[in-house]
Amino acid sequence: MNLSLRRLVLLGPGLTWLAVFLVVPCALVFTYSFFERGVYGGIDYVFGLGNYARAIDALYLKIFLQSLKIALTATVLALVIGYPAAYFIAGAPANRQKALLLLAILPFWSNYLIRTYAWMVLLNREGLINRGLAAAGVIDTPLPLLYNDFAIVVGLLYAYLPFMILTLYASIARLGPELREASADLGAGWAQTFVRVTVPLTVPGIAAGCVFVFVLSIGNFITPDLLGGGRRIMVGNLIYDQFLSARDWPFGASLAFILIGIMMMLLFAQAWLVNRTAPGAARG
Amino acid sequence: MTKKTGIFSAICAGVCLAALGSGGGLAAEKIVISNWDGYMPGDLLENFTKETGVAAELAVHATNEEIMGKITASGGKGFDIIFVSSPFAEALTKLGLAAELDHAKLPNLKNLYPDAARLGYDEGNTHSVPYAWGTTGLCYRSDLVSGTPDSWNDMLKPKPELAGKITMLGTDRWLLGAGLKALGYSINSTDEAQITAARDLLIEAKKSLLAYDDTTFYAKLVSGEAALVHAWDGWCNYGIAENDKIRFVIPKEGSDLWVDTMVVLAASENQDAAHKFIDYVLRADTGKWVAENILYKVPNKAAMDGLDPSLLQTYPNMAMTPASLLALEAMRDIGGAQKAYTRAVTEITAAQ
Amino acid sequence: MAKARKQHAALRLHAGLVYVFLYAPIAVLVVLSFNRSGLPTAWTGFSTKWYAALADNAAILNSVGNTLIVAGVSTMLATVLGTLLALGLEQGRRSSVLDAVVFAPMIIPDIVLAIALLSFYTLLNMTLGLHSIILSHVVFNIAFVCAVVRTRLRDFDHAVIDASIDLGASQVTTFRRITLPLIFPGVLSGALLAFTLSIDEFIIAFFTAGAGPASTTFPMQVYAMIRFGVTPEVNAVATLVIGVSFTLVLLSQRLGRGAPLRPRALGR
Repeated sequence: MNLSLRRLVLLGPGLTWLAVFLVVPCALVFTYSFFERGVYGGIDYVFGLGNYARAIDALYLKIFLQSLKIALTATVLALVIGYPAAYFIAGAPANRQKALLLLAILPFWSNYLIRTYAWMVLLNREGLINRGLAAAGVIDTPLPLLYNDFAIVVGLLYAYLPFMILTLYASIARLGPELREASADLGAGWAQTFVRVTVPLTVPGIAAGCVFVFVLSIGNFITPDLLGGGRRIMVGNLIYDQFLSARDWPFGASLAFILIGIMMMLLFAQAWLVNRTAPGAARG
Repeated sequence: MTKKTGIFSAICAGVCLAALGSGGGLAAEKIVISNWDGYMPGDLLENFTKETGVAAELAVHATNEEIMGKITASGGKGFDIIFVSSPFAEALTKLGLAAELDHAKLPNLKNLYPDAARLGYDEGNTHSVPYAWGTTGLCYRSDLVSGTPDSWNDMLKPKPELAGKITMLGTDRWLLGAGLKALGYSINSTDEAQITAARDLLIEAKKSLLAYDDTTFYAKLVSGEAALVHAWDGWCNYGIAENDKIRFVIPKEGSDLWVDTMVVLAASENQDAAHKFIDYVLRADTGKWVAENILYKVPNKAAMDGLDPSLLQTYPNMAMTPASLLALEAMRDIGGAQKAYTRAVTEITAAQ
Repeated sequence: MAKARKQHAALRLHAGLVYVFLYAPIAVLVVLSFNRSGLPTAWTGFSTKWYAALADNAAILNSVGNTLIVAGVSTMLATVLGTLLALGLEQGRRSSVLDAVVFAPMIIPDIVLAIALLSFYTLLNMTLGLHSIILSHVVFNIAFVCAVVRTRLRDFDHAVIDASIDLGASQVTTFRRITLPLIFPGVLSGALLAFTLSIDEFIIAFFTAGAGPASTTFPMQVYAMIRFGVTPEVNAVATLVIGVSFTLVLLSQRLGRGAPLRPRALGR
C-alpha cells in the first residue's frame, strides 16, 4: 500500500463522516445567521448582516468574558488536581490501571441531573458540608457555597475532572519508569525530573486535557442554571436561550459562529504552543 | 337465542373481527403523543387503545421550548399530538404547524367550561384544546413570613428579613411577567419602555434573591431554605402536601392565566385517530385524575364538579372559579417582541 | 529511595482525596434512593419503595436499554473512526485545516449541533429513530477519541514501525501487533470518554430522536420528569448502574488479575 492510499484509508471514513454529519448541517445553520427571525419564530429569508451587528454588543462580550474566566478557573483546577491523580494511576501496578481508570469514570454513568441535585444537597446553607464544618467547629455561620460562581466552578470541575485524568493518563502512561530512574541516576531531584523531563514529554496530553475541560465548560448550560441558581449567565445559556426561548435561530446562529470563530483561534494558538514546546519526534 | 340467530351473530362477529384485524383497518392506526412525564394517568393510553382500538405511544419532552424547537426544525414529522402551553400553541398555529380541529369529532368538548372556549390565544379552540390551567403567584411559609404577602412587591422589594430567602421563576415570560404586573402593565406587553422598566425592577430585585428556580423551589420551601417563592399554583400544592404551613396567594396587581393545551400537528397522518384521543382525554374521569394526582385545575367542568370537597379544602387554589381565572390575563404569543423579552432576561441574569 | 517513598504516600493521599471528591455526590444520591419522600433534596426516612416502583416503570427501564445501545454503538464506531483519523493525521504533513475540522464538533454548542442535525435530517426526509441519535453522537465522539489517541502518537518512535515493515510484516500485521498495543491506553481512554459523553447526553439526543419510546434515551426520560418531580426512581437506576459496573470492575480484577496495559514484550 503506498503512502497516499494508506492516508486515504485512514482519513477517509472519519473525514467523510464529519463532512456529512458536521460540516453540511453546520453550514446550513450558518446560512441562517444571514437571515431574520420570522414574527412567530421560523425564518424570514431576508438577507443581511444585521445579526452580526447585533451580536457585537457590550452585553454579550461581558457574558463571554465572564464565561471565559469561569471556564479557565475550572480548567486550571482540573489540571492541577488531575495531573497527580493521573500520574498515580500511571504509576500503579500494571494490572490495576484499567480498574483505576474505570473507577474514576464510573460516577459519570449515573445521571447529570441527579448528580447536580446531590451537589445541591452537599453545598446548600443547611447542606452536608456546612453542617459538617459547623459540627467540627470550623465555622460559626454557614458558608455561601451554592448559587454563586464558586458552585459553578465546583460543578464544572466535578463534571470534567475525569476527562482531564483520562487524557493525561494516556500521555503519562507512555513514559516508562526508566526515564525517572535515568534522570535520578544523573543526579536530578524529584522536582527537577518532574519539571524538566515529565511535564515537557506530556505536553500533548496536558494540552488536550485542557482543551476538553475548557471547551466543555464554556458550552455547559445546566450547571450555571442549577448550581449557579441562574444568577450567572454563561455563553452556553445565552445561545440556548436564543435558539429556544427567543426562537431566534438566525441571531443564535450568529452568536454561535462568532463563539466558534474565537474558540478556533484559541485552538490554533494552543496547537502552535504545543508544537513549540513538545520535544521533536524521532522520525525514522 | 335460536340456532339461526346464534349462527347469524357468530357470522357477524367473525366479519367484524376480520374487518378490525385486516391491515389498513382501524386496528393498524397508531398515534404518537408528546407530553411531560407524569402529566397523564399511567393507564390512559392502555385504556384508550382498549376502547378505540387505536394504538398510542408516548414520547416525552422536558420543556415547551425544546419540543417547540424540535417541531419547528422537523415540521412535526412523526408526532400526532403534542401538549404545549398556550403561547406556543398560538405560535404553532401562526406558523401553520397546528391542524385545524374538526369539532364534530370532539363531542366531549361539551365537558369544558363555556369560558374555556373564549381564551385569547385561541378563541373558539380552533387549533388547540385546553387540558389544564392555572395561574402564578407567591408561595410562602406562613411560619417564616410575617404578615400576609399580597403584592408582587412583597417579593420584588422584600422586607430585610426575607433577603436571600426568595426564589423567582427563571422562564422569561414569568420572570418578566412578575415585573410587568408589579408595575401595572400587561403580561403580554410589547412596549419597549414597559419591558425596560420591568427589567430594571427585576435587576434591583435580584439582589435579594437566593436563586432563579423553576423546578425545585417547592423543595426549598419545605426545607426552609427559602421562605417565599414565585410559583405556579399547582406546584405550590406539592409544597402544601409536604408542609401545611405553606400558602399560596395571587398578588393583588393580578397575574397570568396559563393554559396547557393539546395540539394536533398539521403534519400528522392520523388526524382522525388524533381527534379520537383528544375526545377521550376530554372525558370527565381523565380531568379528575389530573386534578387529583397533579393537583392542577382542569377546564373540564364535568371533572371539577366531581372532585372530592376535602381536596378543595387542603388546596384552596383548586377551588378557584373559572370566572376568577378568566379575570386574569391569558398568556399569549408576543410575536417579534419575544426578542426584547429574551434580551431583557439576559440583561437581568448577567447583572451582578 | 526514601524520597521516592515519601512522594508516593503524598501522591496516594492526593489520589484518594480525588476519588472521595468523585464519589461524594454518588454517596448522596445512593442514600437518597432510599428516601421515603420524593423530594430530591431532603431526607425524610428509609424506604425501598423507589426500587419497587422502578421495577414497574417500563418507560425508565426501556430508556436505559436504549441509552446503552446508543452509547455502545456510537462508541464503537467513533473509536474505530477516531483512531484511524488520528493515525492518518499524525503521519505525513500536518494540516491545520484538518486539525481544526476534527476539533470542531467539540466547540460547536450542543444546541446548535442538535438543531443543525435535525434540520439536515429533515431536509433528507430521513426517518428518525435510535439510529439517528447514534449517527449524531458519533460526530462529537470521533473528535474526543481522535484527540486522545493523537496525544499518544506524538513523539511516536516510527523506527519501530519501519523496522517491522523492513522485516517483512504487512501493514495490517504491523498495525495489529505493534501500533495498536502501543496506542492502546489512548484508545481505551478515548473510548471511555466517548461512552461517558454519550450516556449522559440530552439535547442532541432529544432533537435527533424519533418520536416514541423506541427512541427515548435515559437522559430524555429523566429530564422530562423535571416538571412533575424527578423522583428517586432515577436515583435507584443510577445506584443500580453504578453498583453493577463497580461489581464488574472488581470481579474482573479478581478473576483476570487484570491484563497489563503496557505490552511487556517490548520491554518499555
